[in-house]
Amino acid sequence: METINSEIFTLMYGSIVRQLITDLEDIGEVNKQLDTMGYNIGVRLIDEFLAKSRTAACTDFRDSAEKVAKVGFRMFLNTTANVTNWNPENTECSLVLEDNPLTDFVELPEGCSKLKYCNVLCGVIRGALEMVNLQVECDFVKDTLRGDELNEIRLKLVSEGTEAYPFKDDD
Amino acid sequence: MERQRRTCAETCLELLSIELVHYYAAQNQAPLAASTEAIGFRVGRQLAERCTWDRPRLVEQLDVMKFICKEFWIELFQKQVDNLRTNHRGTFVLKDSNFRWLSKLSVDLPPPIKGPPADTQGGAADKGTPRESNGALPTSPTASEAAQDYLHLPCAIIRGALTHLGLPCTVSADASALPACDFTINIRAS
Repeated sequence: METINSEIFTLMYGSIVRQLITDLEDIGEVNKQLDTMGYNIGVRLIDEFLAKSRTAACTDFRDSAEKVAKVGFRMFLNTTANVTNWNPENTECSLVLEDNPLTDFVELPEGCSKLKYCNVLCGVIRGALEMVNLQVECDFVKDTLRGDELNEIRLKLVSEGTEAYPFKDDD
Repeated sequence: MERQRRTCAETCLELLSIELVHYYAAQNQAPLAASTEAIGFRVGRQLAERCTWDRPRLVEQLDVMKFICKEFWIELFQKQVDNLRTNHRGTFVLKDSNFRWLSKLSVDLPPPIKGPPADTQGGAADKGTPRESNGALPTSPTASEAAQDYLHLPCAIIRGALTHLGLPCTVSADASALPACDFTINIRAS
């Protein structure tokens, strides 16, 4: 993998968030757009992941979540997440990020307490997993920028698609 | 103190800037050029600050330019500028013979769509493609036209960095000979 100084990425992302706040003037809308942008990124990112991660196919959702946390975050952001808080059905878990490069240099000003600064990550995870037939919901529930002790992304499996090719020829 | 170097995948930045252009190209109220300019300008300033904090002040115009062409370019685009020319009156032309941020732009664009004009179908697929008003079939943009949208960002970053180093200027880019790209910098007379 080609790597760059992550400051460039961090500063670029920060600048984008700031511009979105100026342009949209509504924090809820900014959160939504960050998620959408993340989704579009995730849809492409999965290609790179599958091509370069050299991992075997995931056996179940538990396995997939581990791959996202340990391989995905390591590959792209050079950090890792811990997977915890599984529900008994194994359909919901939390990804806990101790170290989040996106928030280097970041402080939220007053009036932005509702901003989910890292919402792009939720979108990326959702977009990438959708491409491998896993429909998930993803939410940034705890955020160090908003005063929590850690960064927690809640990941919830909605449905699992089949392996079969989903389109008909004439679609 | 050694500056801590943290890295991330280049893909992250690539996909983020693609998505940025994609997002603003689809917006009506916020123009693509102005918004990406504002974003890039801030990044340029901050990055120049981070790259120069431990070195003596760059006084001469040419020293600033050399810094941009070497260290700053390597930091951002993983290589140096290949050629720097100036008229000694405030205009500089930086030639990068293989500009990193456009290296993955497809030069072989698909041929123009045949069949009935696309606007009768009202499809969302070709939303945003420039269409000729005289009813002619839409011609696919050349690679250099397609590149233009993606050049606002690097131009603004360079402008931001130069402004931060005391050289307010304008920056424009010419990508008519991909993968090479020329950046023309006009320093505003002080």
